[in-house]
Amino acid sequence: MADFTELDFYDLSSLFSEDDIMVRDMVRSYCTAKLMPIVADEWEAGTFPMPVIGEMGELGLLGPCVAEQYGGAGMTGTQYGLICQEIERVDSGLRSFNSVQGSLVMYPVEAFGSEEQKMEWLPKLASGEVVGCFGLTEPDFGSDPAGMRSTCRKDGDDWILNGQKMWITNSSMSQMGIFWAMDEAGVCQGFIVDMSLPGVSAPEQKHKWSLRCSVTGEMICQDVRVPESSRLPNTQHMKSPLSCLTQARYGIAWGAVGAMQACFDEALRYTQERKIYNKPLAGFQLTADKLAEMATEITKAQFLVWRLGQMKDNGTMLPKHVSMAKRNNVSKALEMAHTCRTLLGANGITLEYQAGRHMCNLETVLTYEGTHEIHTLILGHQLSGVAPYGDR
Amino acid sequence: MDIYVCIKRVADTSEVDIEIDRTGLALTEDDFSYDINEWDNFAVEAALQLKEEHGGKVTALTVGIEDDEEVLRRALAMGCDEALHLSDPCFEGSDAWGIAQILSAALKGKPLDLLLFGTVSADEGAGQTGGFVAGLLDLPMVSLATSLKVNGSIATVSHEVEGGLERVRELDLPAVVTVQTGINEPRYVSIRGIRKVSGIEIPVSGVGDLGLDPNQVGASGARVKLEELFLPPQGQSAQMLEGSDDEIIDKLLDLLQENGGL
Ligand SMILES: Cc1cc2nc3c(=O)[nH]c(=O)nc-3n(C[C@H](O)[C@H](O)[C@H](O)COP(=O)(O)OP(=O)(O)OC[C@H]3O[C@@H](n4cnc5c(N)ncnc54)[C@H](O)[C@@H]3O)c2cc1C
Repeated sequence: MADFTELDFYDLSSLFSEDDIMVRDMVRSYCTAKLMPIVADEWEAGTFPMPVIGEMGELGLLGPCVAEQYGGAGMTGTQYGLICQEIERVDSGLRSFNSVQGSLVMYPVEAFGSEEQKMEWLPKLASGEVVGCFGLTEPDFGSDPAGMRSTCRKDGDDWILNGQKMWITNSSMSQMGIFWAMDEAGVCQGFIVDMSLPGVSAPEQKHKWSLRCSVTGEMICQDVRVPESSRLPNTQHMKSPLSCLTQARYGIAWGAVGAMQACFDEALRYTQERKIYNKPLAGFQLTADKLAEMATEITKAQFLVWRLGQMKDNGTMLPKHVSMAKRNNVSKALEMAHTCRTLLGANGITLEYQAGRHMCNLETVLTYEGTHEIHTLILGHQLSGVAPYGDR
Repeated sequence: MDIYVCIKRVADTSEVDIEIDRTGLALTEDDFSYDINEWDNFAVEAALQLKEEHGGKVTALTVGIEDDEEVLRRALAMGCDEALHLSDPCFEGSDAWGIAQILSAALKGKPLDLLLFGTVSADEGAGQTGGFVAGLLDLPMVSLATSLKVNGSIATVSHEVEGGLERVRELDLPAVVTVQTGINEPRYVSIRGIRKVSGIEIPVSGVGDLGLDPNQVGASGARVKLEELFLPPQGQSAQMLEGSDDEIIDKLLDLLQENGGL
């Protein structure tokens, strides 16, 4: 596979700091050297490349924004975004592993955990010694997680957890998971659950044609007894799990730019080399239209996340800002992967090329972390002040 | 051990269409990205591994313009302890001899056990700097090192020679070694490393600090001058083989057989 050239049409690189660029280039070279060569085979086999966990830990890519005293790297939001962008240039599934570990597991432990919980879990999660998962979605409650049926009941000093979580990234390869459940007062609580406890199981979801490099499964708690010390003490009902999603969605908006770049770069090279009717495919107006359209969308997407990163770092980023970037960038990335697939002709349906794999992966990215439609509703609500959701 | 590594920032020409600029002596650099010279990256790793084994300190230095500081920052993020940027407008246009004079002026009098270079730089391809500096500092030197070990005051270095032979040499420290690619597996710069060096001021020394005569260095001091730079005309006999890897291999085998190559 050829090397990668990023499209940076408006010289956006010059707006990043020297450290940002150093982070980006480091992750890029790691991804090119270690992840690119294995990703298609792992995807085809439907397996997650286990050595990646330790490698990412060593490089400081797991929970990079977590404070240094807990083993994190204390990176800025922009740098975290660039990391997601570079990993998703390889594969959305690998980025999903990273997002879950960092934004959905380490983030809530740091934001809502006790000092003891942070000291116990964060360094191990940052090094990759422990993998975590985040159990919010249930078979009947995805877009509307507040309807969840999972429960937690106080029993003396302990809690008894019950419930079935579904579509949980990393579940069967995790040693710990965050389990969200309603208490008897109807308040959502988060628990750090050791996946080896009696009553916890995590069967894997097989036969996916999307995100095949990422492990997805259930997280089932059947009368699981945990001490009060495993409850996250500083949560605030549904606001807490949703704030984790804001973190992850932020990374996804950046990640989608990486997927776009990968598909575009591949298709551009292909159209320059592939000769049809004795001239390069790039030399036909229909192709020029596709290339121009894609380059424009990449540039727009880059600006959205660049600004979003600034807002995250100066504390002005709101969930609605993340919704716009996630919604736009992922749906454009999916369209683009498909357009690139068409440019590759028959080659595009093989795993020798990336576009088809990205296209399948992005179907998940369009759906998880708030479906495209849900983000449309959020934006509508924010713009008009009138809530267009259901009745809850 | 006090180890010094001389490194250089070079343009990555592999991914862009190369164009010669109007002077005919340089490349149009608009689209280039820059990184540490590949050989030098192996030299930094070799230095860091020796430090990890024997203790001591690794200092990275480069001669170059302001933007070249980037490679020093990268070396620090990889684990080097100190960096020194040798920068002065009058250094511009130096040939390898000039660069060697600047480096040896900076190194003279420093407590030095080992001085490492990459064997060549990707942009100039001359492979002279390490040798000149060894001469100027009167130090023993081995080039093209493919392995490097230190025991007490002796370095054991193997290097490649024609015919696929490997030679092992011992040299007394302090010494100069220029390093081949593949001698080790350079580590990635970690996020924590980048964070650690963020905002660090890297000291800069100019011609005056080094006690050099401005006429000794830069374009005016250069004794080797670039005459012309051009892209060689495409060869007539080149033939591009197309198809899948297997098809290309089959075609290549057929061609070699037809033309008596096998
Ligand atoms: C590979 C993968 C990994 C995942 N990883 C995790 C994880 O780690 N942790 C976790 O908790 N979850 C995870 N999820 C779950 C994911 O977040 C949910 O699938 C998502 O929230 C959508 O929920 P759902 O599948 O139940 O769809 P539904 O909510 O049933 O939605 C079905 C359709 O209805 C639309 N819809 C919903 N509400 C409305 C409305 N009000 N108006 C109009 N249309 C509406 C949706 O947009 C969608 O098109 C993962 C999913 C996948 C596929």
